[in-house]
Amino acid sequence: MATTTTTVPSAGPVAGLRSFLFRLREGDEIARMITFLFAASVVLVTLLLVFVLWQGSVLPRHKFGFNFFHTSVWDPIFDQFGALPFIYGTLVTSAVSLFVAVPLGIGAAIFLAELAPARVSDTLEFFIDLLAAVPSVIYGVLGVFIVVPLMRSYIQPALQNTLGFLPLFKGPAYGIGFLTAGLVLAIMVIPYIISVSREVLLAVPRDQREAALSLGSTRWESTWQVVVPFARPGILGSIFLALARALGETMAVTMVIGNTPIISASLFSPGYSIAAVIANELTEATSNLHYQSLIELGLALFLLTFILNGLARLLIVATSQRGRAMGHT
Amino acid sequence: MKRITGLLLVVLAVAGVLCADSALSITGAGATFPYPMYSKWFDEYHKKNVHLEINYQSIGSGGGIKQVTEGTVDFGATDGPMNDDQLKAFQDKHGFGILHFPTVLGADVPSYNIPGVSAELNFTPEAISGIFLGKITKWNDPAIAGANKGVSLPANDIVVVHRSEGSGTTYIWTDYLSKISDEWKTKVGKGASVNWPVGLGQKGNEGVAGMIKQTPNSFGYIELVYAIQNNMAYGRVKNSSGAFIKADLASLTAAAAAAAKNMPDDFRVSITDAPGKTAYPISSFTWLLVPAKFSDATKRDAIKGFVKWMLADGQNYTEALSYAKLPKEVVAKEMKALNNVQ
Repeated sequence: MATTTTTVPSAGPVAGLRSFLFRLREGDEIARMITFLFAASVVLVTLLLVFVLWQGSVLPRHKFGFNFFHTSVWDPIFDQFGALPFIYGTLVTSAVSLFVAVPLGIGAAIFLAELAPARVSDTLEFFIDLLAAVPSVIYGVLGVFIVVPLMRSYIQPALQNTLGFLPLFKGPAYGIGFLTAGLVLAIMVIPYIISVSREVLLAVPRDQREAALSLGSTRWESTWQVVVPFARPGILGSIFLALARALGETMAVTMVIGNTPIISASLFSPGYSIAAVIANELTEATSNLHYQSLIELGLALFLLTFILNGLARLLIVATSQRGRAMGHT
Repeated sequence: MKRITGLLLVVLAVAGVLCADSALSITGAGATFPYPMYSKWFDEYHKKNVHLEINYQSIGSGGGIKQVTEGTVDFGATDGPMNDDQLKAFQDKHGFGILHFPTVLGADVPSYNIPGVSAELNFTPEAISGIFLGKITKWNDPAIAGANKGVSLPANDIVVVHRSEGSGTTYIWTDYLSKISDEWKTKVGKGASVNWPVGLGQKGNEGVAGMIKQTPNSFGYIELVYAIQNNMAYGRVKNSSGAFIKADLASLTAAAAAAAKNMPDDFRVSITDAPGKTAYPISSFTWLLVPAKFSDATKRDAIKGFVKWMLADGQNYTEALSYAKLPKEVVAKEMKALNNVQ
């Protein structure tokens, strides 16, 4: 843009050029204002959300105070509401899903970006984008009719026979519970990790790879020791995007988690998540305290996401600074 | 082409005039359980009264009570009657009361999946409450086996399945359990969502039914309409006269008729564990919630007209959809109560 305006002057008098530049600057100003408004609306919506959640949860905040977050009885009949089992369930299912999805997703992204021929990579990317667009209720149905029977008949007995001494794999195998919900979530978030990580890996400059290869490293050494570290902030970003999706997922989780507010070390145990209980109970919550406690659960989920996102930011900043520091030495 | 466009415009204009003429639209919201019945009724009634359109959103009983109290809908609907606090809240806000009108009857049935057992099982109240309290954990427990002589029940753990979302079906089930078990009443209580002592939660009748079908040795409750329409096996329940009754439309109406004899004037009655030799014990009315006063006389007359039709001709549509008819005594009483809507 700037180059075209500087080549124009010979066409007209100096005054005309000034006004042209002026108008252009005016246009810039307008564009800046409009885009600023768009960006500001994001902040506005976030603040509005917090405000609504805060206003909507007056009763339980006054009645239970901080106890709301660390007690575990959820009884709509006797008006006792504690969020701990739901917070626990949300964290555990998200952790299981990342535990499975991160290695698979990053592995697939490395293959697609570094090793696969471009044609294969683009075709697979098309399928991955399709997977990301499937509605979550479909994943829930898939979970109920395929993952749950598989878990009950094969995976859970196998785990119990081999690793059954761990508290993680104790108790009756219902087929539903934390582990199944985590696995279904993993299936749902893998496309995000692959898609974003692949883009980030593809964006690593060619000379990085060429420099590594010219120093005599193998293809895998250049990928694992040069390209992946270079792309680390972006890959972490994809993981946190996946985490955000896992934390807030409602439909697929409620269909396979067992919807029982208990805290158990066993991944076979049924559990409950914040988003699932809100979706399940909000429509039939007849007492105000019950209704507002569900709203406060929404606030809890917001805070949880806020804290985890903050930690994610810190992690990204820390790793990218270390990377830069290493680059300088 | 031009002619067709002109014709279309004329048709549109006429339609517009007609629509403007039939502008009366009434909105309601609430219970999901009777929704298939209500949408059939509103549709049939609209065919007879083209000027009146009734929109009903099945958002759940809690939502129905909330919205009618806030005045955002003309009437509500609920599977569990409003409690005294909710009635008072309505009275305080509007300066007049709200009336309950029973519409149809529904029931919950106990369903199960025990490998190797195809017989129709009998359940005593003690067995049902014991299983749901987590005190009876094996299928061959004497409390279950005693009522099922000749059926060989396995020594397997019972997997209890219940609804995860708040629902009228759960209200009926927990209302029944509260009546037959003091321990349930004091420990758990009745409501659309409760703090379950044991079991897995699944969403909707289809979720519970699917879980029971999939899981060996499971036990849960589903709504009668759903069980009939999906050909699901379900057990008999011992009623207060000591007879084991299988839920069907006749045994539901019998329960309602027994309860109709001492029906309170506000119709807020629970008919679980009803007296009567042939009464099925886990059934309930579902109600329309109609404000006692309307500022708009045409709306009032339209709603009263609909309730009158629903109580008379409307009842003929119920059995095709597997809902039980209201007993005659209840209909007569409701017709009288309709005069209180002003």
